[in-house]
Order: sequence, then structure tokens, then C-alpha cells
Amino acid sequence: MTNGMTGDIARPQLSLKVRLRFDRRTGHYLLLYPETGLELSRTATEIVHLCTGERTVDEIAQYLAQTHSDISLVEITRDVCDFLKALAGRGLVQGFK
Amino acid sequence: MNNEYRPYTLIAELTYRCPLRCPYCSNPLGYAGYGNEIDTDTWLRVFQEAEALGVVHLNLTGGEPLLRDDLERLIERASRLELYTNLITSGMPLTFGRLSRFAALGLNSVQVSVQSSGPTESDRIAGAPSFHRKLEVMQWVASLELPLTMNVVLHRDNIDEIEELIALAERVSADRLELANAQYLGWALKNRVALLPTREQVETARTIASKARERLRGTMEVIFVTPNYYSVHPKPCMDGWGRRFIVVNPEGLALPCHLAHTLPGLRFDNVTKRDLADIWHHSDGFNEFRGNRWLPDVCRNCDRHTKDFGGCRCQAFHVTGNACATDPACSLSPDHGLIESARSQASQSAGVPILFEYRTGRGFSQA
Repeated sequence: MTNGMTGDIARPQLSLKVRLRFDRRTGHYLLLYPETGLELSRTATEIVHLCTGERTVDEIAQYLAQTHSDISLVEITRDVCDFLKALAGRGLVQGFK
Repeated sequence: MNNEYRPYTLIAELTYRCPLRCPYCSNPLGYAGYGNEIDTDTWLRVFQEAEALGVVHLNLTGGEPLLRDDLERLIERASRLELYTNLITSGMPLTFGRLSRFAALGLNSVQVSVQSSGPTESDRIAGAPSFHRKLEVMQWVASLELPLTMNVVLHRDNIDEIEELIALAERVSADRLELANAQYLGWALKNRVALLPTREQVETARTIASKARERLRGTMEVIFVTPNYYSVHPKPCMDGWGRRFIVVNPEGLALPCHLAHTLPGLRFDNVTKRDLADIWHHSDGFNEFRGNRWLPDVCRNCDRHTKDFGGCRCQAFHVTGNACATDPACSLSPDHGLIESARSQASQSAGVPILFEYRTGRGFSQA
């Protein structure tokens, strides 16, 4: 992964059980699913919004790299993978292992 | 905005009526003595007030919420308020058509209870023929692509079926499997001798559930809730009194938990008489056990009170007679002997058939 690319062809998207909603009280987005939810950081929110089932992980990372020029693509890719892995472990995204 | 006391979940107990008679029902004993159910418009207003307070999850429960013929209107409003709405049901009485309408109106998920992995035993525990219908309903839920939670309340007569229960949940494509040991309050406390499993039963079940959790990670969430009679520390009941949950019961009482009104000397307000935000922030009942000032010394001198909030107030009262005591489930509680003796009773009566009393509207079975 020297160039920061995963080569993964999967296109992650939120699972059917997940709803994303804005929380007026905190200004953060919430990822809601049965019985509980996650409060998303700004970066996490950006990633989740890009998980439409149309982009690969590499495309998501490249998109984010355009607006976060201070962070390397390698780092961004790693962060995106870590985050999606955590969501996939809870069954909150499909198309990512 | 201070998030220390913010309700995220509204538990709407729409009715205490139910076609089933489970002996561990979470409704209060003698629920038939309660007042009339609040009407549709009141519920719609409560949802709106709850959302304004910060609530994002709505549990429609009971009794059996399907017995309310205004469920469609409630789901529609909840969806418009962007509440994540979960229907908690026995699956009866329901048609595929009605469930499809709920889905179209924006219902987010469905939780169906199953009493055992097979029809005979499940129907015996439920006190009514229901198992086959539950299977059908769970298949409907899956076919509508609604997230499905299969819930099983565990006790000594069904806890040895963990493998079969997991297999059943996989067969009906559940997204979540809740293997929740009975909490010994209300009906379950009344039936404790007939329900409390042994430590060996709990440990065996826990091990099997953990393996299934690993195997199914990402596909089906497997949740195992230990009976707090077998945990070293008490549960952070409701994540702390008046911190994260509001229960509104069928007659409109706003409560920190579904049995708070069984505690003596507390005053709770009715949503027909007082705005929900006012009740949440300012009512005596919600403020009674917030913060540290009420804590017994055992808890005050223990670091864990920031995690468990002293445990369950209802358990403290119903087991020790003192609602302000440390939860007796805690090994540091001076009353912990009461829990230990219940455990040894369970161990001595292991394998001996014991009849439980079904829930009835009178509060006491006449059978």
C-alpha cells in the first residue's frame, strides 16, 4: 500500500438498518440503528456521506484528500479503512470487510 | 447545552393489554388497576415534545402495541419527526398488510419476542398459542427488508437452548439477537424461584453466545444480557436515573424507568397535565435520584458510582425495602446476602420442576 491505494473494488454503503440524522443539540450527525447510535465527528460524517455504494474506498480517500491537503493520502486511506472496518464490525456498512 | 441529562430514547408503553401472559412480564403487577390509556393526540404531542428535548429513538411497546388501532398514525408522526422508530411486539395480532403499511409509513425496525426455540415450550411460557405466528411475522419483517431483532427473555427453563435459539435467529435472518436474562422485578421477581437459573447455566450460555458473537460479527449482532443476580457489580440501570430515557406509561405517567411508579413516596407527573420538558427538567420524580447527594455511603466511597449510578432503584426497594440503598446485586452491598440466598436456592432446586404464575390483569393468578 505504498501509494496509499488499497486496490479494493468494493463500494461501501450504509446498511438498511442505519439512519443518518442531524442533531440540532450538538451540531453533529448521528448514525442511528436499533437501540443505539453513534455520534459522528466531522471527518466521520464526511466519510459516511461518501458511502453511497457508488465509490470505492480508494475513491473516497482521494475525494477527501482534495479537501484535506495537510494529510497524506496514505494516512487518509488508513483512517477511512479503520473507520469503515469499525462500522462493518457492527453491521452498519455493506460492501466492506 | 448540558448533555449530562439528555433523553435519547422515549419508551412509549402504549398499552398494558397483551394477548400473552409471560410470567416475567415487565409491566407492573396489578396493571389492570391503572387508569385509561391516553389518546392518539396526546401521544402525538408527547412525540413532538420528546423530539424537541433531544430524543432520537422511539420504542413503541406495551403490553402489546399492536392492540392500539392508531399505531399507523403514531408511526407516521414519529417518522416525520425523524425518530428512529422500533416496534417491540409479540407479533400478535398482525397481518402482512398492516406490517407493510407500517413499513411504508416509515417504521425503522421490529423486535419480535420468542419464548423458546420450539412451539410447545414457547407456547407454554407465553401462556397462549403464538410460536408459529411469531415465525411467520419474523419472515414478513425480513421480506419487507425491515431490520429484525429477535428477543428472548432467558430463564432456567429456556437458557439451556441457547444453540437452538441462535440457529432460529439465523434461520429468520435476524439482524440482532437479544438473549436477555430476565430482570428480577415485577412479575419476574414474583416468579423468581421458578425462573432464576444456576450460575452454571448462565456461564454455559454466556460462553456459547460469545462464540456465536464472534462467528456472526458483521452479520448478526448477538447480545447476551447477564442476570444481575450473577454479576459482581450492579447494572447502570437505564444508564442512570433520568439521564437517557423517558418512559411514558399507558395512562400517561412520565417515568425514568418502567417500574419507577412502584417506588413509594415518589411523585410522577402525567403528560396530560404537564409539558414533557418541564417534567424532565423540574419534576420531583425525575430529580429524586439524579446526581450524588442521595447516594448511600457504600456507593459514595466507591469509584464505580460514576459508572453504575448505584444500580437499580427498583431492585433496591423491591429486595431490601429501601429505595435509597445500594443495589443488592452489588457484592459490596450490605444486603447482598439476599441475592446470595436466591442464588443458592436456584442451585438447590436445579432440575426440579417449579410452576410459575402467569401474568394476569388482577395482579395475582387465580388458577
